[in-house]
Amino acid sequence: MKNFEYVRPATISEAVAAAAEPGAAYLAGGTNLLDLMKGGIVRPNRLVDISHLPGLDRIERLPDGGTRIGALVRNADLAHDGEFAKSYPAIAEALLSGASGQLRNAATVGGNLLQRTRCGYFYDPASACNKREPGTGCDARGGENRLHAVLGWSEACIATHPSDFCVPLAALDAVVEIEGRTGRREVTVEALHRLPGDTPEQENVLLPGELIVAVRLPKEARTFSHHARYLKVRERTSFAFAVVSAAVGLRIEQGTIWDARLALGGVAPKPWRAHAAEKIVEGCVPDAATFRRAAEAALADARPCGDNAFKIELAKRIIVRALTLAISETAERVAALPGSPFAPVAGALHAS
Amino acid sequence: MPPEISLTPVPAHARHGSNIGQPLTRRDGVLKVTGAARYAADNHPPGMLHAVLAVSTIARGRVSFLDVEAAKAHPGVVEVMTPANRPRLAEDPDAKLHPFMFRLELLQNDEVRYANQAIAVVIAQTLEAATEGVALLAPKYETQPARVGLDASESFVPAAVGVGNPSAMHRGDVEAGLAAAARRIDATYETPMQYHNPMEPHAIVAAWDGDALSVDTPSQGLAMAQGRIAGLFGISPENIHIRSPFLGGGFGSKGLISGPQLLGILAARLVGKPVKLVLRREHLYGPVGHRSASRQRLRIGADGEGLLTAIDHRAKVASSTFDDFFEPAADASHTLYASPAIATSHEAVRLDTGTPLFMRAPGEATGSIALESAIDEMADACGMDPLAFRLKNYADVEPISGKPFSSKALRECYARGAEHFGWSKRPLAPRQLRDENGLLIGWGMGTATFPALMFAAEARAVVRGDGSGVMETGAHDMGQGAWTAFAQIAADALGLDLDRMEFKAGTSDLPDAGIAGGSAHTATAGMAIHNAGAAVIAKLADLATNDQRSPLFGAGNAGVIARDGRLFRRDDETRSDSYADILGRAGLAQVEARGKGAADPAAQSSYAMHAHGAVFAEVKVDSDLGQIRVTRLVGAFAAGRVINPRMVRSQIFGGMIWGMSFALHEQAIMDKRSGRTLNANFAEYQVPVNADVPSMEALMIEEHDPHVNALGIKGVGEIGITGSAGAIANAVWHATGVRVRRFPIGLDDLVMPRSH
Ligand SMILES: Cc1cc2nc3c(=O)[nH]c(=O)nc-3n(C[C@H](O)[C@H](O)[C@H](O)COP(=O)(O)OP(=O)(O)OC[C@H]3O[C@@H](n4cnc5c(N)ncnc54)[C@H](O)[C@@H]3O)c2cc1C
Ligand code: SF4
Repeated sequence: MKNFEYVRPATISEAVAAAAEPGAAYLAGGTNLLDLMKGGIVRPNRLVDISHLPGLDRIERLPDGGTRIGALVRNADLAHDGEFAKSYPAIAEALLSGASGQLRNAATVGGNLLQRTRCGYFYDPASACNKREPGTGCDARGGENRLHAVLGWSEACIATHPSDFCVPLAALDAVVEIEGRTGRREVTVEALHRLPGDTPEQENVLLPGELIVAVRLPKEARTFSHHARYLKVRERTSFAFAVVSAAVGLRIEQGTIWDARLALGGVAPKPWRAHAAEKIVEGCVPDAATFRRAAEAALADARPCGDNAFKIELAKRIIVRALTLAISETAERVAALPGSPFAPVAGALHAS
Repeated sequence: MPPEISLTPVPAHARHGSNIGQPLTRRDGVLKVTGAARYAADNHPPGMLHAVLAVSTIARGRVSFLDVEAAKAHPGVVEVMTPANRPRLAEDPDAKLHPFMFRLELLQNDEVRYANQAIAVVIAQTLEAATEGVALLAPKYETQPARVGLDASESFVPAAVGVGNPSAMHRGDVEAGLAAAARRIDATYETPMQYHNPMEPHAIVAAWDGDALSVDTPSQGLAMAQGRIAGLFGISPENIHIRSPFLGGGFGSKGLISGPQLLGILAARLVGKPVKLVLRREHLYGPVGHRSASRQRLRIGADGEGLLTAIDHRAKVASSTFDDFFEPAADASHTLYASPAIATSHEAVRLDTGTPLFMRAPGEATGSIALESAIDEMADACGMDPLAFRLKNYADVEPISGKPFSSKALRECYARGAEHFGWSKRPLAPRQLRDENGLLIGWGMGTATFPALMFAAEARAVVRGDGSGVMETGAHDMGQGAWTAFAQIAADALGLDLDRMEFKAGTSDLPDAGIAGGSAHTATAGMAIHNAGAAVIAKLADLATNDQRSPLFGAGNAGVIARDGRLFRRDDETRSDSYADILGRAGLAQVEARGKGAADPAAQSSYAMHAHGAVFAEVKVDSDLGQIRVTRLVGAFAAGRVINPRMVRSQIFGGMIWGMSFALHEQAIMDKRSGRTLNANFAEYQVPVNADVPSMEALMIEEHDPHVNALGIKGVGEIGITGSAGAIANAVWHATGVRVRRFPIGLDDLVMPRSH
């Protein structure tokens, strides 16, 4: 490996100062960054290890009813926090559907948000990749792109954002708290990641050295807890990234959906909020035709970037399924196979 | 470091005094779960340096430049080995003196023949420095277009497939059989390139002392590795000491010593210090073998009664551009179904990949998924239940050869497996079963088979003056339980309790145990152990029956049996003599004898020898989302004598899970332009995880085979894959009505079924 400097700042401001230099990278759980370094995909000059920063590993209930999650809270700890999982069941389910037990024990909230794409060409330094080396081209175009994006992609890059966690966060209007040299600022999770356009190397709106310190769920987010699901289609039952996924939260009163939240994973370069689909189901009595219309609306702009047209149909179907499952009361416990359509939910399936 | 490895203590929880047929726990289990078992890469001789391979990123062409200076300038880098300074070899790595000798890339020139081929080795004080040295080499290439995929080059008929099997065989007239058939199917199946992916990557720690070489490296064939090293380096095999006490899996990829392992030895020679070289996961995708992709066309005919009239099985496979290994996929149709006409044939292409090699059930697995799918399609075409169809076409003699089977309890496998599974309740038509959540349920089956092979092995038995025993053979434990099963055979052969006996294995200075491959290790090395034990007991008997002071005097050799450290007169068990007393009176510190295990050519020419099984699978399918989940697997297997039912069950389970992997998960994804594998890691090269593995049962059907070998062992290492893969594919069809003929079956196949 390339020799690098390792620093372990004691405070947030020290961390921000240490990471401001070009070539510096924050190290949190390391489950993504170290793999990338071992493969020579990223070659930082300096690692700023934030894993010992004090105060970033707390889950706080805010006075206004919101929740603030420190950037260093481990994915497993968040998912297994009883009060959190009860308030935000789709988030807990998304977390538990991701990676493996060992990885979730190490992976942090901030790291999960900023994990890089799984595009095989990105991981192969010998391939042309605009994201890894701007201007070199994109070997995924015309290559093995069965799992690549159907929404939001550009000619320069067709990669997807692989996070499960981000999908319900985007649906629930979560906000990212960022600390930088000029102080603190906030962006929504939906606005954190950028679409690739001509600059796929710029994946998010963070400025050099900016540190994610927390993710905040606004008070409305918990109003969806009774009708919330995260569903994830993957190629094996566990320990696989989503081919497509959907997070749904509904607020249902007297049989009518008053408020709906819907976001998709695995289909786009960022967690994909489906506002148009939400509008379609809001004010409606749940029924299959409405759900299908919502699904069509969510994928209205979708186009295959290669050998992946099936993902468009699959995404529609998973929207319909997630909405259908969310109608029933959220189960007491996250299913044994989180996010899996095989987790039995009585009576929820229509015969296909 | 001990010169040899032996496992003397029996863990306290193991059952004592019970040998062949007992479900002993692993004798090496405690070592493994406590981390005390030392794998090759766990060794750190003093002064050891680290070597890392630089591998090619092109699949075809030549290396035109390596920045050796930059790499050498990196702190910690000691040396860079390239074709320019690689130590001389006594033998050309491209020589092929026999079909079992495979060509190697040992930096003999600047040519690149596949992606991930070694093009240099960087040797450094630390792993990190060596890794960075590799990055600094920044190779340049003259690139030629890569040939990727079964249509990328001219096809030809290989001279032989597998290990010397004829490329084409037939019996009867398939065209006439097809013409006369009342029902026919003609279907083409595709299987992908697959990699062995043992958990433990190939690793080597090599140290030279003059012309003597000490090596720690995982090996499924110690004597062959020793011979190969001796030939290449021009030293005598006795000068090479290899330790391989434990393998973290091999599946065939460690059967022959690979190029990268030999580069570790060359690196140690170059720098004159011990060197460790461990392959990175992605480096396994090239130089250590793989399973070729295949395209298999099956044409099958049956008469109005459902009796087969013809099976024509044609397979297209690939080898590398520079060497020959042709997956004998079509040979799967030789032995299973009684058809008056059978033809099998192979064609092949040459691609810019590493040479494919033996990968668990080479040919059998690949052929089985196609054949079992086709038989299922044929049963459906005849309107018959798949089990009834298979029974109707049950082969009482081996179809391709007409030879009788040495034993074949397949009927019992079908019956017991079907009963256990509840097969009789299966609706004939697909899409008839649903669970309480509306998921489609499908039931499918497949027949499993694998030849009962034997190679050649030797063992040495010793009975010591204190009455204890030693059994030695350079056997290989890949995780299958060799340390345990062989000790059980040895204890019986020596007439001793397990804890009175020492079993030594896993090093090259012990008698040649042959190769742990072809599911033949237990049979072959087991017979060597059995015979060595018998020979040493015969010596003891000779001493005792000729010694007037022995209670056995005059009993004659045939008249004694060995048990519990004593010889007993067969006709009068009140008369016995202990090993210690026999040796004591003779004034001998020990007696020893050797034994061999080998196939009996006479029996082999008279009988067809195979293990068999029947696998029944249940899947659930969410046809909306294309998700498939195997929910039940029941296998019934007849494989001759079972030495240790616990280990056998593990082997069968592992095979059945592999079958699931074959049907639903595993494939290497190669970029068609560059010839590089894009999923050369465990995150993206997907094999089943625990959550995929359903309730599984393996029923062992009793089978006594007097012909395969004196112990009646057939071997269970590979058979579990066969049958299982097809059973799952057939269950997917039964659930959905969609027949997928390209494996692994993916989400998209069910979400947007392709037309075939
Ligand atoms: C085999 C495997 C399977 C996986 N499967 C899944 C899956 O199914 N679903 C899923 O969602 N994920 C999956 N993951 C990804 C996993 O969730 C991420 O690797 C993990 O969340 C990253 O967190 P980390 O703390 O380890 O981040 P690190 O690896 O430490 O960092 C990741 C990136 O974020 C930056 N960073 C980290 N923290 C901060 C911060 N506070 N502020 C600013 N920048 C920061 C780092 O500089 C780095 O660029 C898988 C990973 C692996 C290796
Ligand atoms: S899709 Fe994006 S990440 Fe993948 S190769 Fe193209 S530019 Fe790189």
